[in-house]
Amino acid sequence: MIEIKSINKSFEDKVVLNNIGCTFESGKTNLIIGRSGSGKTVLMNSMVGLIQPDSGEILYDGRNLLNLSKTEMIILRRQMGMLFQGSALFDSMTVLENVMFPLDMFSDESYKERKRRAQFCLDRVNLSDAGDKLPDELSGGMQKRAAIARAIAMQPKYLFCDEPNSGLDPKTSLVIDKLIYEITKENNMTTIVNTHDMNSVMGIGENIVFLYHGSLEWQGNKDEIMTSDNQRLNDFIFASDFSKRLREANE
Amino acid sequence: MVILNWLTAFGKYIMMLKRVFRRPDKMRMFLKRYYTEIYQLGIDSIGIVLVISLFIGAVICIQFKMNIQSSWMPAWVPGYASREIMLLEFSSSIMCLILSGKVGSNIASELGTMRVTQQIDALEIMGVNSANYLILPKITALITIIPILVTFSVAAGIVGAYSIVYIGHIGTIRDLTIGMQYSFHQWFFWMGVIKAMFFAFLITSIASYYGYNVKGGSVEVGKASTNAVVTSSILILVSDTFLTQLLS
Repeated sequence: MIEIKSINKSFEDKVVLNNIGCTFESGKTNLIIGRSGSGKTVLMNSMVGLIQPDSGEILYDGRNLLNLSKTEMIILRRQMGMLFQGSALFDSMTVLENVMFPLDMFSDESYKERKRRAQFCLDRVNLSDAGDKLPDELSGGMQKRAAIARAIAMQPKYLFCDEPNSGLDPKTSLVIDKLIYEITKENNMTTIVNTHDMNSVMGIGENIVFLYHGSLEWQGNKDEIMTSDNQRLNDFIFASDFSKRLREANE
Repeated sequence: MVILNWLTAFGKYIMMLKRVFRRPDKMRMFLKRYYTEIYQLGIDSIGIVLVISLFIGAVICIQFKMNIQSSWMPAWVPGYASREIMLLEFSSSIMCLILSGKVGSNIASELGTMRVTQQIDALEIMGVNSANYLILPKITALITIIPILVTFSVAAGIVGAYSIVYIGHIGTIRDLTIGMQYSFHQWFFWMGVIKAMFFAFLITSIASYYGYNVKGGSVEVGKASTNAVVTSSILILVSDTFLTQLLS
């Protein structure tokens, strides 16, 4: 479980995160949603330690990320997996080498064991035959799946996904969402997904945090979102004609 | 303001070096990258070093023979001058200036692209010291391969001088050989090697600094690449003055 307590962050005079406090539970897909510029990425980057918040606490099962020593931070980071918006696969390595990389760095297992684990992860994301390819040779969806395989190679406790569906068609997005959901359940991970994809919200949103101009505006799940009377949330969720009609039909 | 910016950049550079010079997380992975960098930065540069040195050796010989030599100057001077210039200055300083263009821009653009595509962030999230993992092999690789490049450069320059004397009929091989062997100080070779090793550190660390700290997109990567080459070239020339004085 990850708890956020009173996180504040400003860049010069601009307040980006304003007193954010929320909880992300284990074994659930937790979504952070909000308009572009609402602070989603800054919040996620603060949670993984890429950005230092101005104040507040980020508690990983009770351990405050902001008070950890360098060694403790390294140990905690080895329990994290992250799927970046652009996949961030190492372009000089093959897909299999990418997935093996965290194992090569931190595992003392034999080469055979590491390769077996990497191949298992590739099999899990349905990329069994892509191991010898370079990232450039894969489609966007395949790159995302390869990045998921790399993220789960070390069996992390915490999985972070930054805009996992950006640039993907709706069908491929569903495949990625399903994969993230299944992996979360299989490994009982605390998964946090940064998204503004409404299909993801309705599909895998077990715990949803809605940010508005850097503040926490609403928190609930995908069922509650349909009946919420929060105007800002409704303006965001039902912004398109299609979703408005969907809601009216549902009502 | 400019001085403050320079001091800030220098501070960041030192902070980066502090992260770079740590014990690698996994020695096996360090060695793997070290060998790759030896190939990419060193072996891949042999071609350009040989070609440039060959022609410069030839040109120095021509200049001395055709334009500088006069009746009071012994016939072996072109050979002597070619050797000394190659040993003392060209194969260390000027070759490193050329390498700062080739290797420096390569390093800055590689790391810059890794930064903007979040590959460096990915390393950090995994708990890898990205500066150590990416930069240390580059610095150590170029420092260890540069003495070989210096040797090849000197040899190519001498071959160039012999070639032009033979092909261009601008003197005799005997005179050139006498000049090449005249008053040889072994220390001059080692001085070139020491200077080149220092310049190799400057090239790799400065290019890494600019590439590693890129913020933005492809335009910034291009700027970082240019800044890396300009800064390392200037610092090579400035430090060359002091090093030459110190080692002479």
